[in-house]
Amino acid sequence: MSSPVLWYATRATGLMSLVLLTATTLLGVITANRATSARWPGFSLQDLHRRLSVLALAFLAGHILTSVVDTYVNIGWTSIVVPLASSYKRVWVALGSIGIDLLLAVAVTSFLRHKIRARTWRAVHWLAYLSWPAALSHAFGMGTDMRQGWVIVLSALCVAVVAGAGLWRLAVSTSRRRNALTLIPVHHRPDGVPVKPLSA
Amino acid sequence: MIKVNPVACTAYGYCAELLPELVTLDEWGYPIVERGAVPPHLVELARRAAKDCPRRAFLLRQAATEVGSST
Amino acid sequence: MATATTDSTITTDRAVPGDRSTLLGGWRARHRADLASHLAHHGAPPLPRPGDHAWPPRLAAAVEASGLTGRGGASFPSVTKLRLLASAPGRRTVVVNGMEGEPASAKDKTLLRCAPHLVLDGAELAACAVGASRIVVCVADGDHHSADAVVRAVAERAGTALAPVTVEVKRPPGRYVAGEESALVSWLDGGPAAPGWRPDKGHSLTIGRRATLVHNTETLAHLALVARYGPESFRSRGVPDAPGTTLVTVTGAVEHAGVYEVAMGRSLGDIVHGARPTDEVAAVLTGGFGGSWVPAAALATPYAPGPLAAVGGVVGAGVLVVLARRACGIAETARVARYMAGESAGQCGPCVFGLPAVADDLGQLWRGTVDGGVLARLEARLTAVDGRGACRHPDGVARMARSALRVFTADAAAHASGRPCAFARQPSVLPATVGAIKAGTT
Repeated sequence: MSSPVLWYATRATGLMSLVLLTATTLLGVITANRATSARWPGFSLQDLHRRLSVLALAFLAGHILTSVVDTYVNIGWTSIVVPLASSYKRVWVALGSIGIDLLLAVAVTSFLRHKIRARTWRAVHWLAYLSWPAALSHAFGMGTDMRQGWVIVLSALCVAVVAGAGLWRLAVSTSRRRNALTLIPVHHRPDGVPVKPLSA
Repeated sequence: MIKVNPVACTAYGYCAELLPELVTLDEWGYPIVERGAVPPHLVELARRAAKDCPRRAFLLRQAATEVGSST
Repeated sequence: MATATTDSTITTDRAVPGDRSTLLGGWRARHRADLASHLAHHGAPPLPRPGDHAWPPRLAAAVEASGLTGRGGASFPSVTKLRLLASAPGRRTVVVNGMEGEPASAKDKTLLRCAPHLVLDGAELAACAVGASRIVVCVADGDHHSADAVVRAVAERAGTALAPVTVEVKRPPGRYVAGEESALVSWLDGGPAAPGWRPDKGHSLTIGRRATLVHNTETLAHLALVARYGPESFRSRGVPDAPGTTLVTVTGAVEHAGVYEVAMGRSLGDIVHGARPTDEVAAVLTGGFGGSWVPAAALATPYAPGPLAAVGGVVGAGVLVVLARRACGIAETARVARYMAGESAGQCGPCVFGLPAVADDLGQLWRGTVDGGVLARLEARLTAVDGRGACRHPDGVARMARSALRVFTADAAAHASGRPCAFARQPSVLPATVGAIKAGTT
């Protein structure tokens, strides 16, 4: 079926997803960087991060469904997760698919967080950052509302927040405080031979 | 009673936020937990702490069985 | 009378009656470690006939009657571990722990080089007692001398009736915590040689799905003697609460540093003076780097777990580091603490952050560059690290440091008020890796 309502819904849910994912990312960085306080405790910000991410995924699902169901443009069901499978705006939709794939991986691993290795969960979670360039270029490339002033401002704000948060996260995660192993003084034997690590 | 898995713990500190009556943090941010049974009025909070711990390091035990975030 | 090998001195303890049934008696008699000499001295080990189901409980009963306790540091009754494993489901493995991560200890190396067949006898007997189908001997990757000796001994026995269970030799990384039993099992299972968190030790360790029994080399060597000569022979030496002989490594300010076989219950002073201290003894670090200091006033104490604990000492890994008069106990303690901080497995926050902090405080104390609250801060930190790791590594450091503050009270007070003793700059009596640590690096 085709209807302008579907088209408006697709664009609206897309923008809402952008905003919600921005908030989710910011909260995630705040908790990961331990920038919490007594008034903004970690456990509640973490809780908020999780709930907002679910809400964002709900809006994303709405965004995808309305675009696929709308027969005005030909975007097939497979192109949701398979990049370049759409005949309409192939590349831009593909970027959206890539974003979805990455976020799906993050969602599934988070759902199964305590059943998988901590390292695996962490590695996949960092992929969330990669979904941003994909999602943003998808938004700009699809184009529909990108000529409107307020949309440009909103998008710019989201990009700024996410970029800032990402850089902040990078700074803190590479600092000595997080990298506990560097605190252990590596000692060398008197003959200059370094001490071997505990892993094979 | 509460047990903390020291290998899993990476000092998120949520347990201390939720249960300041039973958990204090040392100077490096790691939890020091009161020994003994959890007082009945704090059990619900202790369960929440076990569930919220991002590393599943905060564990609640009754006798020999482990009650984590499965309840 | 002392006899020396290339790098570890094996000495005799003339007070041990009846050398035949002692750990180092064979070496003392023949100075050979090959199978023929071993069999000539001890005869064949009493391994069971295949299918003899009455044998394992008989051996367990003999071990129980002997009162043999683990010689790896924990002094745990050996029969308990045997019985725990015998009742475990599935296939089983016996691990011989020859890692000896304690730098001041040389007893396991000595046994592996001078009496490897006694150790292997013990391993085979234990394997038969628990129904294990595999034996793994672990020797630190840097300890080529001991590894060569074991490999040679294994080859001599391979395919004979003396090796009903096949023996493999493995070389884990030679780090301090790598010899802890759960760390060893973790490495053998393909993981890092880091200790695991074991909130209840009721379950046996496993490699894959195989229940695993880990025993120190010396414990297994004693087991081989108990099986041959009987529990009464073991009990004929030592004291009722701590029977048998034990290997002690005496180092530090002594002329004849080395490994001694002594009867449990012998006075600490006797053992120490047998190694000829170079000067009047001020204190002894007992147990190892994670053990505790004992003052010279307590030298009359019998060397056994109970009496030693009463004066603040510990048998531990059978280590005795002698500190003489003109030396600084604070300096040596600071060096040990810095070494131990560097040996953390890096898994638990209180250990990773706490031990370097403790080492920092002790370093300040050593140099005498202190702020007013260093002793109080050190005390608080020792309490903070004690018992808060997955293994006993931080506990050992806390115990060692606390004992230092107790034994060297006067020195500690002087250092804490900015007046380090005159001997703070003396060269260390500790093993090279630790002794090389300078005051400026802490």
